[in-house]
Amino acid sequence: MHNFTARTRMTAAAGVAVLAFGALAACSSSGGGGGGGNSGGGSGGGGSSSASGAATQNLKGTNFTVLGQWSGAEQKAFQAVLNKFDQETGAHGTYTSAGSDEATVLGTKVAGGTPPDIAILALPGAIAQYANSGKLQPVDSAGQQATSSNFASEWAKLATVNGKLYGTPVDASDKSTVWYNTTAFKNAGISGTPSTWPDLIKDAQTLSDSGVTVPISVGGGDGWTLTDWFENVYIRTAGLSMYDKLTHHEIKWTDPSVTKALDTLKQIWGQTALIGSPATALKASFPNSVDAVFKSNPTSAIVYEASFVATTIQGDKDAAKVGTTAKFFPFPSVDGSQPVLEGAGDFAVGFTTNKAVQPFMAYLASPEAAQLLVSAPDSGFLSANKNLPTSAYPDATSAQLAKQIVAVGDNFRFDMSDQAPAIFGGTPNKGEWADLQNFLKTGDVAGTQQQLEKDASAATGWTK
Amino acid sequence: MTETGEPALATAAAGSPVPVADPARHQPEKTTKRPKRPKRDRPPGERSWLAGVFLFPAVVLLAGVVLYPLIYSIVRSLFTDKPGGGSGSFGLHNYKTIFTDHSTLVAVKNNIIWLVAAPTLVTILGLVFAVLSEHVRWATVFKTVLFVPMAISGLAVGVTFALIYADQPSRGLANTVTVGIHDLFSSQTGYPNLHIATAEAANYTGNPSTGFTSKKTFSPGSPALVPLVGLDIVHPPSGLTQAKQPANGPGLSGAVWNDFALGGGGKPGRIDPKELALKGVKVQAVRNGSVVATATVDQNGDFDFPSLTSGSYQLQLPGSDFQKPFGGFSWLGPNLITPAIIASYLWIFSGFAMVLLAAGMAAIPRDALEAARIDGATEWQVFRKVTVPLLAPVLTVVFVTMIINVIKVFDVVYIISQTAGQSGKDANVLAVDLYTDYGTQQYGLASAIGVVLVLVLLPAMALNIRRFRRGEQ
Repeated sequence: MHNFTARTRMTAAAGVAVLAFGALAACSSSGGGGGGGNSGGGSGGGGSSSASGAATQNLKGTNFTVLGQWSGAEQKAFQAVLNKFDQETGAHGTYTSAGSDEATVLGTKVAGGTPPDIAILALPGAIAQYANSGKLQPVDSAGQQATSSNFASEWAKLATVNGKLYGTPVDASDKSTVWYNTTAFKNAGISGTPSTWPDLIKDAQTLSDSGVTVPISVGGGDGWTLTDWFENVYIRTAGLSMYDKLTHHEIKWTDPSVTKALDTLKQIWGQTALIGSPATALKASFPNSVDAVFKSNPTSAIVYEASFVATTIQGDKDAAKVGTTAKFFPFPSVDGSQPVLEGAGDFAVGFTTNKAVQPFMAYLASPEAAQLLVSAPDSGFLSANKNLPTSAYPDATSAQLAKQIVAVGDNFRFDMSDQAPAIFGGTPNKGEWADLQNFLKTGDVAGTQQQLEKDASAATGWTK
Repeated sequence: MTETGEPALATAAAGSPVPVADPARHQPEKTTKRPKRPKRDRPPGERSWLAGVFLFPAVVLLAGVVLYPLIYSIVRSLFTDKPGGGSGSFGLHNYKTIFTDHSTLVAVKNNIIWLVAAPTLVTILGLVFAVLSEHVRWATVFKTVLFVPMAISGLAVGVTFALIYADQPSRGLANTVTVGIHDLFSSQTGYPNLHIATAEAANYTGNPSTGFTSKKTFSPGSPALVPLVGLDIVHPPSGLTQAKQPANGPGLSGAVWNDFALGGGGKPGRIDPKELALKGVKVQAVRNGSVVATATVDQNGDFDFPSLTSGSYQLQLPGSDFQKPFGGFSWLGPNLITPAIIASYLWIFSGFAMVLLAAGMAAIPRDALEAARIDGATEWQVFRKVTVPLLAPVLTVVFVTMIINVIKVFDVVYIISQTAGQSGKDANVLAVDLYTDYGTQQYGLASAIGVVLVLVLLPAMALNIRRFRRGEQ
């Protein structure tokens, strides 16, 4: 008898230990599949100066670690960049993928006093948080030079905290793209693509009439797809300066401009004929929402999401082929809005004073590194690097996407929710993600605005 | 009881749900031996300081691995969180959050549901299986099969059950079975996605679930055209053919067809080539709000009411025309997700309970059972009055073990709720909330949840320790 009890007690003790340690983290790494990963393009660096600067430094014997969320083809592409850097400098970099749990893994490492030398972060908000708590090393002059000469000024702004640059841009994604199945459009007799919001609604109705069950596929199971929808509408109905204000919570979410954006959104989200049943949409993860459009016998024809939809189509081995049956059009203009682009990207930030950190960060911002990133097969990387020729891209679709990112220049804005405190803009079932999911379900504009404002006020750490 | 404990422990340890740290594993054995060895029995030459030396590594490990984190968690839980993981002001703010914040409240509620349902069900199922295993021919095979889930990681179980619970009957086993059973009794469906064409929508009221009613009225003499759209024209249902212009009969007549040709083209409201007749659709003629006649659309798309030779009628397509096929249940929807996850948990642990209970049953003296039978007790009475009371200590152990396991349940909930989309938050439990709060650098709140979990675990552990001491004497 006592043997049972002893075992039980050990189990209990171990349970306490596990909880106390937060060792639960280990259980989750293979968890959530469709996280909000960005697979954007690389970014170029300070022309040849930074690259040659890195190359001339002798870092022989210097080991450094890089933590990121890329795996699979993206990891391979990044590894190629890392290998090239190692080859040129003699340093030895080790990349570790934390998958979609990067925030947790990094948070644990930093809190435990053993941060990676470099982390690749997708969230400017996280950069600001780590910079403000003194965990980050500012970018040195070579890195600053690489960033300013290769990227639109908006990019440097994103990684600048209290006047100091803390990160160099690595890749970018274009989040103002609407993807569609060309076969479904042809079956419905739709020629051309919608360029305005009413056109999009009209085409979706035609698709519905042609027998497409759910014309517009909404991956509402992942809250971040909904924030991207909102941001694209908001930047068009409210304009760039209001967008900036809302990004930093300088205006309230109860602002009339938010009302207008939500009302506009409701013209599509509120129609079951266009997006199907909200309950079903709220279960669809981002990959599922893409597959619904591009699998064989698709049930949907249009899906709004970023440039990395192309990667998902390829990765999930969907029937449609990017560039032929899977194409994109720019997010339609609302009320005559000018072309604007909402996007995202990853930044390299340095946590330590390791000798290889600054040269590698500068190298990542160079056209050479960007070239290696974007040309890798199936990586889906895009770059906002001005000095990277579009010929570097392996296919026409990526080249077209990258061109859009570079061409939009100052009308580029970074994903709003990615700049908000994570608890508001980046956590499943909390803050903006949960509130927009509820909005998709209820269509209650005023109630959603109040809840958004309540959650936004409760969150601390808004970027400035 | 002790002899039976040995094999059971060996199996249980092999499938232990939680990796047991080595120091923790040895510690209880040490403490168990101490009372058995009073001081005067100490062999000559052994020094008490020697015991201290041997205990030292274990004590250091325990202090470092259990005690320090426990104390630090308690301390950290008393400070609020600042962005970036810093700690803010001192107080009970985090504990207040646990019981006021919506998401943690859901977690608390779900933990209570788990606590009430899971240990009881696991124990009952384990007992049923244990009894069954005594009465089946291939007892070893039976037990092995039931115990196998314990050897599968909770993560893999979560992934598997997420697939089983998938919505589409073509993917999810649970709904395949549900729909199969449902369709045995009723499988009547209409054309689920049909609706009135956008261009014609203004002339009709209603929606696909209530059916559509025309606003204007139709009279015999000129055919009534009711254009519907939304049929899957790429893969149309078999048996549908080209719609034809309706013949003019003596009574009210007309056509119902899918007013959309593959590839577009054709004029709305007109029967064009490649537009299919909607055979089988029911059409009702309505006069003054009541249905006066019903007709069914034929192969050519025609319907007619030979009896309605005069007057004017509204046409109505009842909701049954548009009825969707039964799609099963939304297992991972807001209402069923927690019970569904608990079911997957039962699948894992009922085998574990069975093995312990079967071992316990094997130790029950046969003569007690036989005596009861000779005295005329039925099998049910033997089970209730003899087996269960003699098994009570093992039942308690299983039950308490499950309570401890359930309070800290994490893996299956985390994995399944990841795949459930928005309703994933309705499956939240405290251990999962602890993890996500930790991920968002809310170390204070996460620590507070950890402390609450430990507090809830304490009574169960205390009970176990007491039982264990009693077992020693």
